[in-house]
Amino acid sequence: MTSQPSSVAVRPDGAAARSTAFQRWSVPALTLAGLAVLLWVGQSGALTKYTQTVIMFMAVNVIVSASLNLVNGYMGEFSCGHGGFMAVGAYVSSVLGVLLFAKDRVFGPPLLPPEWALVGFPLIVLVGGVAAALAGLLVAIPSFRTRGDYLAIITIAANYIVISAVENLDVIGGSRGFMGMKRVVKAMGRAWDLPWMLLWSFGFAVFTLWILRRFVYSTYGKGVMAICQDEVAAEIMSVNTNRMKVAAFMLSSGLAGVAGGLFAHIVGYVNPGSFGILKSTEALVMVYLGGMGSLSGSVLSAVLFTLLLEALRPLQIIKWIVIPLLLILLMQFRPEGILGNRELADVFPRLRRFFRFK
Amino acid sequence: MAVLEIRDLTHYFGGLCALSHLDITLEPGTLTGLIGPNGAGKTTVFNLVSGFYRPSRGEIRFAGRNIAGLKPHQVTALGVARTFQNIRLWKDLTVLDNIRIAQHHRLGYGFADAVLRTRRFRRREAEIDAYARELLEVLELGHVAGELPKNLPYGLQRKVELARALSVEPKLLLLDEPAAGLNTADVEELIRHIRWIRDRFDVTIWMIEHHMDVVMELCSHITVIDFGETIASGTPEEIRTNPAVIQAYLGDDEI
Ligand SMILES: Nc1ncnc2c1ncn2[C@@H]1O[C@H](COP(=O)(O)OP(=O)(O)OP(=O)(O)O)[C@@H](O)[C@H]1O
Ligand SMILES: [Mg+2]
Repeated sequence: MTSQPSSVAVRPDGAAARSTAFQRWSVPALTLAGLAVLLWVGQSGALTKYTQTVIMFMAVNVIVSASLNLVNGYMGEFSCGHGGFMAVGAYVSSVLGVLLFAKDRVFGPPLLPPEWALVGFPLIVLVGGVAAALAGLLVAIPSFRTRGDYLAIITIAANYIVISAVENLDVIGGSRGFMGMKRVVKAMGRAWDLPWMLLWSFGFAVFTLWILRRFVYSTYGKGVMAICQDEVAAEIMSVNTNRMKVAAFMLSSGLAGVAGGLFAHIVGYVNPGSFGILKSTEALVMVYLGGMGSLSGSVLSAVLFTLLLEALRPLQIIKWIVIPLLLILLMQFRPEGILGNRELADVFPRLRRFFRFK
Repeated sequence: MAVLEIRDLTHYFGGLCALSHLDITLEPGTLTGLIGPNGAGKTTVFNLVSGFYRPSRGEIRFAGRNIAGLKPHQVTALGVARTFQNIRLWKDLTVLDNIRIAQHHRLGYGFADAVLRTRRFRRREAEIDAYARELLEVLELGHVAGELPKNLPYGLQRKVELARALSVEPKLLLLDEPAAGLNTADVEELIRHIRWIRDRFDVTIWMIEHHMDVVMELCSHITVIDFGETIASGTPEEIRTNPAVIQAYLGDDEI
């Protein structure tokens, strides 16, 4: 890479420091190592199926919180219907997957040989993401055209619209939900026996962070932060604020769709209830817990929040008293979230010696 | 051709007529002043030119093209940059980022380039960065490149905002009270600076200013407005002795 000064706020003179080979390769190496560990975990049975599922939920939540952070943290808008976009991605990829790779009562025999799911799976997840991004476009156009805080209201409405649309679509199971994704996952396993869902969840989480990081640290993407800090100045200093907001919102909702698609295939079953306002609230909690405008904060909070949800699972519905309480305490004692708007490497500058993530 | 030609520019806020029948022509390379008492409608003129408001009536021609009705970022892309009366830097982005982001209209790459770090992206980012650093160097701001504007003293913030406007590579630069809040030494420096910027960057400058000495010293032509009406227009000498201007500023001990 040529001299690429993606200056982070704290570097003293903003000088373009050259990265060493170690810095450059540590993140890819770590990613590969992560995949290797997961591979071993899945094959050896060292962890129970339950623990594996929790790990996959962590990855999904990383995608959810990091993608919502782009809009609510970096851009300073208030979107609260992330669950709706997850639903779009979940249903589109699930239906597509079952249609193409699995035998189904309603849809009949698979359209393609099931073993093709091996390559088909990431593609259907991405198609789910694209569908969610298009849904995001539909929401973004009316929300950002007018001045004022319409985004919050429109995203909540969109969340409800998606849910009730699915509830009323009997072909895909209506409110009973939709299943058959286990067969798609099994088809992958039959073609090549690897813990595919573990690998793909991790892979897509890294993919999400990688895209967001590159977006946000380009001069192009920094337009989003300019909008957050002074929208009028951004527009007058040549940032096409409207297009910028739509682009960021589509990216965010598209990634939520990817998360939805993964979630559906991890659980093997989706119903509209899983993607209601409660899901959107979880996403918001993770963003505020981690810190607005901090990707590493979003990762941390997604991991912690997933563990918390699992720990509180026995409490069932009561957890929705405990979680808001925690949120209130957080707002009281650390309103900026775990990392504020800083990255882990800003808090521990020494980390910079070891990696370069871009 | 004139850089800016304003004909019969009129603007209402609801029932309030903030500006009426303004006519102005700015020739290339000139330094022109816009003065008037508080609330006269000066900032409104700049807001109209930069596309922030759509004028109720009238024409704004920039380099021969009618820009009334364009969005602010489109006007800026054509080559009109400005500073603000109350500094509007992005306070939590570095000075360097502030300068870089003001090149958004000529990034020359898009979303896909940014994510894939294509050759084009890397070349353009390097150019954008080099341009920003050079600009800061030239304006003697190199030492604050990595600072956050919120941590800078007021005078430096004003200077950074000027640098950000220049980063647009404007043909027309609108300065809204550049001397506001500066001490005497800073004002002297500003006067030298503005003249130097005009020559170095080959830009036409139109400024609003309350400090009469700054305007009288710098501008070859001055327009005076009061309650949205143009009450005088001419050379500094003519303005200084104009009875209508003295009348408008009566009680205002600045002139
Ligand atoms: N957005 C707005 N909505 C309604 N009225 C406005 C708006 N902006 C300005 N005005 C009014 O228009 C008039 C002119 O305002 P403007 O800001 O242009 O004055 P100015 O000459 O820049 O004054 P100052 O020297 O105080 O900066 C004032 O009476 C002001 O209250
Ligand atoms: Mg003003």
